[in-house]
Amino acid sequence: MESTTKDKKLKFSPAKKLELPPLRIILSVFFLLIIALWMAFPSLFAPDALSLDIHNAKLPAGSAGHLLGTDALGRDVLKLLIAGTDSAMIGPLCIAAGSLIIGLVLGSTAGWFGGFWDKIVSAYADLTLSMPSMLLAIVAAAIIGGGYWVSVLVMIILYSPFDIRLVRSAVMQQKSKPYIESTKMLNLGTVNILAKHIFPNIAMVVLVNFFLNIAYGLMSMSSLSFLGLGVGPKEADWGRQLSDGRELLSQNPAMSLSAGIIIIVTAVSINLIGSYLLERGGFDDN
Amino acid sequence: MSKTRFIAKRLLECLVSLVVMSFVIFSLLYIAPGDPARSLVGAKKVTPELLSKIREQYHLDDPFLTQYTRWVHDAVSLEFGNSIKAGYPVIDYIAPHAAVTFQLVGLSLLLSIIIGVGLGVVSARRKGRLTDRIIDISSIIGTCSPSFALGLVLLYVFSYQFGIFPMYGIGEPGNLPDVLWHLILPAITLTVGVSALLIKITRSAMLKEVSSDYAVFMRARAIPTGKIVFSQLKNASAPVLTSTGLVLASLFGATVLIENVFSIPGLGVLLTTSVTFRDVPVVQFIALMLGGIICLTSAFVDILVYFFNPTIHRTPNNDKKAKGAS
Repeated sequence: MESTTKDKKLKFSPAKKLELPPLRIILSVFFLLIIALWMAFPSLFAPDALSLDIHNAKLPAGSAGHLLGTDALGRDVLKLLIAGTDSAMIGPLCIAAGSLIIGLVLGSTAGWFGGFWDKIVSAYADLTLSMPSMLLAIVAAAIIGGGYWVSVLVMIILYSPFDIRLVRSAVMQQKSKPYIESTKMLNLGTVNILAKHIFPNIAMVVLVNFFLNIAYGLMSMSSLSFLGLGVGPKEADWGRQLSDGRELLSQNPAMSLSAGIIIIVTAVSINLIGSYLLERGGFDDN
Repeated sequence: MSKTRFIAKRLLECLVSLVVMSFVIFSLLYIAPGDPARSLVGAKKVTPELLSKIREQYHLDDPFLTQYTRWVHDAVSLEFGNSIKAGYPVIDYIAPHAAVTFQLVGLSLLLSIIIGVGLGVVSARRKGRLTDRIIDISSIIGTCSPSFALGLVLLYVFSYQFGIFPMYGIGEPGNLPDVLWHLILPAITLTVGVSALLIKITRSAMLKEVSSDYAVFMRARAIPTGKIVFSQLKNASAPVLTSTGLVLASLFGATVLIENVFSIPGLGVLLTTSVTFRDVPVVQFIALMLGGIICLTSAFVDILVYFFNPTIHRTPNNDKKAKGAS
């Protein structure tokens, strides 16, 4: 095991050419940068996106001044799309961050200490994993009375077992290696060992999983807002725009389609970058 | 582990997750804002006396655990109460919707197995080549396309622009070809996400078999490729079969969305409308029934796989793509 990693290093490290990532990765990064800009400065790219203009309602795509047409209330669809980036992406980011934190805390302690604590944490993860998550999320979000942050909280609980399992097995893998034995010999303290020595070695796997969680979080959150749970009726959000646009499918199909396509492209971009990092990090997918 | 112990353990796990799920669903409805007695009478103006009478009738003043145990007791004796909206027993109310959903889910399960396992085998056998990479990229796109967005795009292109498939509904009830014709596009939409998941699982299971000694030996003996693939698939089938729970969970989750996109009067549409009407018995029943189906089927398949090959204790279904089909 050790010798193979050594060989790999010898093979690749001396003459490392600057290699451009494949085109799909460059495109994905570029696309996500645009999304990030839209998220950071919504008012710059889409000033007063929510202002109504009943006289210009239901315009088809390509109308003068409205590239993607207008919705039933006369709001510009392109501006709505840009303004909706915020509510579409902040939730998934919080979901990914929240389940990452839970995963790191519970997973690393379970993997490190083992024993009874490990059994409890693993049982919790197994139990949550065996639940039909989407169904429970719909029921929970609907019953507790919608609300964006309630849905985010439910999703964090349902996503965390994946992170817990991942971190736990990664920590267990590192635990038995000689360098950890030596840190134990030096009596560096558990927190110190976990944070300074184990974490850097599992950071890549965790980061990739963070990316994937954003992509799946985006899909889950927009599914909820598509069903009318999560965001309020007047707010701009991709899932809601897709759902509202169904009634305008004959007058302005661009409303639904643009929202649907942007969700798909964003999720695919994030996932492509994630699996590219996974490949580069030398982790086998299987 | 002996066989009986394995079966007992697997069934116990199933029971525990059902109990936890029922507890979560029940407590969610319990802590939900709003007075259930008030929603029972609807928008009518009522006297406080009437409200307290309704509370008494439905035992709403009892402590939480008493209510929960009574509810579990009723559920075990198959007594699920009446739908608040329809006014007659939940089971009769749900049955026609359930039939539609099971047709849809069955159809797309069949399609997903054919496409997912088929492409998974092809991609494992062509590892690293162009075919493998095309299948890989398309399965990433498949897992990342939310079913409702994909469904809407397909609906627009095939039903609206080209007019090949019907726009909505399930056609004339009882007329099987017509119903199937209406269900094809929704079933295809459901299939995309689930078959992407199956491709991943099949591919990684098959990769081990493709490079194994016995496969090389079979090739050396000039045994026809079809036979080799069949025996490889037989050996790789365990992880594919044990992913049943995962597959069903993502199918049932996605069907809620898909039915809303295509206006199919199934369990998904019923669930979302009942949730808005706060029709508590219906929501509880649908969530528990689907959860129970998923739980029991995956336990049954696990036990079956164990019987055929006792060396496999349990394959952890920790594949990340579970959420892909949402």
